[in-house]
Amino acid sequence: MNFDMLAMQAFTGLSVFTILMLMALGLAIVFGLMGVINMAHGELMAMGAYTTYGTAILFEHYFPNFMGVYFLIGIVLAFCVTFAFGYVLERGLIRFLYQRPLDTMLATWGLSLILQQTYRQFISPKEVEVPTVSWLQGAWQVTDTLSFPLSRIFIIGLAIVTSASVYFLLFKTRWGLRIRAVTQNRTISGAVGINTERVDAFTFALGCGLAGIAGSSFTMLASTGPVTGQSYIVDTFIVVVFGGVENLLGTIASAFIMGQMQSWFEYFMSGSMARASILLLVIIVLYFRPNGLFASKVRR
Amino acid sequence: MSAKAMQRKSMAPWNFINRHALTILAVLLLVVIPLSLESFRLGLAAKYLSFGFCAVGIVLIWGYGGILSLGQGVFFGLGSYMMAMFLKLEAAANADSSSSTALSAFFGQAGLPDFMAWNSVEKLPWWWEPFHYVGFTIPAILIIPALVAFVLAYVNFRKRVGPVYFSIITLALAGIMAIVIIGQQGYTGGINGITDFKTFMGMDLDQDRAKVIMYYVTAVLLLLTVIIGRFILKSRLGKVLVAIRDREDRVRFSGYDPAMFKAFVFSVAALFSAIGGAMFSLQVGLASPSLVGIVPSIEMVIYAAVGGRLSLIGAVYGTLVVSYAKTFFSENFVQYWLYFIGLLFIVVVMFLPGGLASLMEKLRLGKKQAETLKTPVGKNLETGSQ
Repeated sequence: MNFDMLAMQAFTGLSVFTILMLMALGLAIVFGLMGVINMAHGELMAMGAYTTYGTAILFEHYFPNFMGVYFLIGIVLAFCVTFAFGYVLERGLIRFLYQRPLDTMLATWGLSLILQQTYRQFISPKEVEVPTVSWLQGAWQVTDTLSFPLSRIFIIGLAIVTSASVYFLLFKTRWGLRIRAVTQNRTISGAVGINTERVDAFTFALGCGLAGIAGSSFTMLASTGPVTGQSYIVDTFIVVVFGGVENLLGTIASAFIMGQMQSWFEYFMSGSMARASILLLVIIVLYFRPNGLFASKVRR
Repeated sequence: MSAKAMQRKSMAPWNFINRHALTILAVLLLVVIPLSLESFRLGLAAKYLSFGFCAVGIVLIWGYGGILSLGQGVFFGLGSYMMAMFLKLEAAANADSSSSTALSAFFGQAGLPDFMAWNSVEKLPWWWEPFHYVGFTIPAILIIPALVAFVLAYVNFRKRVGPVYFSIITLALAGIMAIVIIGQQGYTGGINGITDFKTFMGMDLDQDRAKVIMYYVTAVLLLLTVIIGRFILKSRLGKVLVAIRDREDRVRFSGYDPAMFKAFVFSVAALFSAIGGAMFSLQVGLASPSLVGIVPSIEMVIYAAVGGRLSLIGAVYGTLVVSYAKTFFSENFVQYWLYFIGLLFIVVVMFLPGGLASLMEKLRLGKKQAETLKTPVGKNLETGSQ
């Protein structure tokens, strides 16, 4: 194995890492900070992807001259749509189930089935593809034999920007302070005047919005279909659980490990066996560290 | 007659149903259904009943143990595949019984299942060999899934893995199993599953008579699992189990080992599912990865949830109702099925956490009394182990 191949493998791993990270960030917020298991998270990603698709069609029809920037607008719109949907979802369903995490799983699973069928019936039963913007086509030619696709580099950049903003939001702003306070002690937070219900709704909506961004960025790598979300959901859960919930840095680290493993395992064995052995490995690791690889050591 | 006595009288039919629920179920399964349905519908009912085994198991572990398994399909699949392997080898052994095995015989690989020949697997893998014998297959179906489940659950609960984590682990297992089966086409039949077998120990499974016999075997076995489940719940073990569900730490402080109890019940549920899987293969003539993965596994939970997560008998009704609805929708308007089952998940969880069984209870006791007797379906159920 020469240097080029090694670099290529590492890059693939990095790319898978950022994809997993984008997927897992939203879930880590919803699951980690709020303890809510949202099985419809994958369908929210699909919603983000479809929003981007809709934006592309809109631009093709009305502003063909601005096709170059539609994708950036699509990402923002995807965030807005899924954020709004998440807010409504929290108010209408999730908030009644906070005491019953296992029931939340079932209810959101039901929601995911409804969303899937909605996509199938009202958008398209087939997979849809969005046009790649011109400045993301092609690849960055490092040497004669080594090249990195621009779209993947863009996703890496997007993932960095997104996670940095999430970090900033959680640790440097008033809202972040409120979210962390409610996570740590709901009753006292309420007593000092934080509107915990509003914080809950905002946090959940934020997690959903991040799913929208993830879904939107995937449109560059793969087409979107009604059941796309379902194929993501298990991997996403595994990343979050593996990293240790309640720990965003852990999520990022675990996404990195999973990404590299996926890229290297697939080099040595067939795709299905690689996936299966990774999942098995995660279960084994969870046995030794039941609260995840990077669980914070707090007494509760 | 006082008002109270009158009220009691008006409740009489519900009390009667409640007291004889098992008998009524037995009459329904053994007399009403077989007499009222034609052969094709009876086959469908038998198929539904084989899912009922999983639902009964889920009531045990979820309703009473507080363990939500999203991977019962794994155990259903193990039972189903082991039975199918036996049947397939039998079909491959008498080459006359189906045309495709004759084809593989033609290629000089007699006794090899057809899909292996298609995937240029030349020799039967060693782990297929023992499934030539019914004397191995049936004990294997009864032991292997239960053993796997026991080890998995004991190891995890020993480490005090929380309920949510355990659910996700079972979910991942269901995913792995489907991936492996589909990926290893040469050994498992891949996405098509194992199919095209007609006889069980010389008995032609396609005949109407065989179908009726199989239906009765399934129904009796299902009633037996309900009775076993009842026995477990009525025993001291059942009491400890409920105690663990509601306050695991207190039970542990009293000197019990909650992991052992939970693992035991989990393996019982796995055993039930495996029996269901084996009966499914026998009746439907198919073992398929589409019954193993995540989607069918979660669907099995909704059977139990609709019937009532605290009612073993309710689980059987839940299975029948939901499966019948599925068939009804797929025959009439396919596109609304997912809406229906999706809404069912949400509505049951939000408004009827006790399922049909709790509705029954309300009718029997009157609304007020039922409220005071409310089973701890909601809050207490989850605080068990953190």
